[in-house]
Amino acid sequence: MSRGLLFSFFFHTLIIYLTMLTLPFMMREPIDLPPIVSVELIEIKDKTYIPFAPKARKIIEKVKEEKKRVVSEQAPPASKAKEKPDRIPMPEDKEEIKELIKKKQNPEEIKPKIRQASEFEKEELFDTNEIAALIDKAKEEQAETQRKKDELTQSSVKNSFAQGLSLSEEDALRAQIFGCWSVPLGLPYDKDLLVRIKLKLKPDGRILKSEILDHARMNTPGQSFYKILAESALRAVRICQPLKVPPTGYERWKELQLNFDPTEMLKG
Amino acid sequence: MKKILLILSLFLFSYKNAYGLITVDITRGNLDPLPIAVSPLHVDPKSEKLSIFETVKLGGEISKIVERNFKSTGLFNPLKKDAFVQKPDIAHLKPRFEDWRLIKAQALVTGKILIKDKKLKVEFRLWDLTAAKEMVALSFTTTPNNWRRVAHIISDKIYERLTGESGYFDTRIAYVSETGPKNQRIKKLAIMDQDGFNTKYLTLGNELVLTPRFNPTNQLVTYLSYFKNMPRVYLLDIETGIQEVVGAFPGMTFAPRFSPDGKKIIMSFAKDGNSDIYSMDLENRVVEQITKHPSIDTSPSYSPDGKYITFNSDRSGLQQIYVMRSDGTQVKRITHGAGLYGTPVWSPRGDLIAFTKVRKGRFYIGVMRSDGSGERLLTENFYQEAPSWSPNGRVLIFYRETKSDSKGKGFSAKLWSIDITGYNERRLKTETDASDPSWSSLLSK
Repeated sequence: MSRGLLFSFFFHTLIIYLTMLTLPFMMREPIDLPPIVSVELIEIKDKTYIPFAPKARKIIEKVKEEKKRVVSEQAPPASKAKEKPDRIPMPEDKEEIKELIKKKQNPEEIKPKIRQASEFEKEELFDTNEIAALIDKAKEEQAETQRKKDELTQSSVKNSFAQGLSLSEEDALRAQIFGCWSVPLGLPYDKDLLVRIKLKLKPDGRILKSEILDHARMNTPGQSFYKILAESALRAVRICQPLKVPPTGYERWKELQLNFDPTEMLKG
Repeated sequence: MKKILLILSLFLFSYKNAYGLITVDITRGNLDPLPIAVSPLHVDPKSEKLSIFETVKLGGEISKIVERNFKSTGLFNPLKKDAFVQKPDIAHLKPRFEDWRLIKAQALVTGKILIKDKKLKVEFRLWDLTAAKEMVALSFTTTPNNWRRVAHIISDKIYERLTGESGYFDTRIAYVSETGPKNQRIKKLAIMDQDGFNTKYLTLGNELVLTPRFNPTNQLVTYLSYFKNMPRVYLLDIETGIQEVVGAFPGMTFAPRFSPDGKKIIMSFAKDGNSDIYSMDLENRVVEQITKHPSIDTSPSYSPDGKYITFNSDRSGLQQIYVMRSDGTQVKRITHGAGLYGTPVWSPRGDLIAFTKVRKGRFYIGVMRSDGSGERLLTENFYQEAPSWSPNGRVLIFYRETKSDSKGKGFSAKLWSIDITGYNERRLKTETDASDPSWSSLLSK
């Protein structure tokens, strides 16, 4: 009874395991395209079209209205010159002039309000930091949401398709190590010169742990060159750190294997 | 049950590793000189004072020689001492690796000197600064007079540890010293350390000397000189100064060279306008004719295993390089390019043959594989010839002459060296003009 049970258990486990192994291969491998980044082409104009937060919009509208009003009140002096010089000013006119003078005496009060239309100078335009903060917050929230959305898309793409580094990422890392590796020139290029180093990396690209995979060869008689080669490779990795690893996807590259082989280079 | 669990865990483990580790292949590196800091060796205050040098300055002098040796290779960049961050005595005990790394050094050499009972004791350490560990530590005891050799031996050990090939600093160079105007040159046999120091003259200059060559133990030198107005191959014992004519040949002998085991001398013997290659056993004085051809066969050189000989011959009409078995069979021409090829010398590694090539009035020093393929011309000049290998087969030394004017002025002959990669061409300092250099093997093996 128990034998049959064990046999059944083993058989089922085997089937589950085989299913786990084979199913991913049965799936049609999707084309590894880079994530689509949508770009909106906009025409550069004098006015900004960046949307403002509702509260800020209200204030801006108000300011715009004020601006309109100010402009209408600020009658150009030229029109005044057209008035007859012998005309006796009426009481309403006096008030109007007073108002005009008052406005002219404080041009700063008007100017900044007119420049409110510029988004980049919002802090100067509104002395009320609160409004700026509100606008920023609204944008930040929007950016954050967008970033999370992108991240999700990217990570899901990479996790599902890409197990290694992209070509450009690999090239960047390779180019960095080329520069750090001083190749010992006295190596016998007719022998096996492959040194495999396994690295455990920190998220910033610094080395947590390095390990020579064929360590036994280091002390093999007649293989003294291997020790020198392996040491030079380790030196290169240490000098190079932090390594130029992608900014995202730490889980992918937290463990890396570097295969150093100078045979082609030494053969010239 | 246990077995099942074991199999299950194995399955699960293998599944975890089904997606491999990211691997990146690194197939190229740089050939930039390695930055190395050579700290002055600490002189123990208990050291005795000697008349031959200032004991206090000895540590600095040895480190300077090591630095010069490294610099001359083109593979190392010794850093300036002004930037050094630790005193020699403390650095020798335990360097502060992070401080040395700040000055961009990758390796550090420290050492200590003690003179006691008229004996010089030198110890040194090589540190890997990136791995923060000691790479090599050695100690020598010798007579104080040998302090320069100690510096060369230290250089060799460090070079070997960092490059993977043996060094060539504790070696000597035999050459022909030249003085006087071009038409009345006085030529003496001279010997010096590879860095140009400790020059000694082995002949007086009464007779013309040419083509000196060391034997493998560096005790004997064979060369060409004149005996009764006839060019003859000589053998000179450097220690005793005793010299003798090699063999009783009824004519001119020239272009001598030792076999790799040092038991034979191979040379050319010319008679009636024809020259062939002969060898002579130094123990029983038996002479053996190796080539037999009605043409000029000369400049023989053994392969390091002694099985083959390379030489140049004009049997094809033009001077070309040939390779044959050491018994004279299986002669094969290996050069077919335009121009004349001569003075072939087999590399101590055995993989390359160095040669002089003359084409369109220009002289080239080059290397090729022993089958004649992969010819690379390393340097070109108005007149240069006679390459000789460093014992590790990485560097060639040769001599170069400058053109003289119609009155014979402006003429000079100097020794030069070049790396087999074609880089790092350097002139070697000699007391006088010099030609026909020959590099010894390592003195301390």
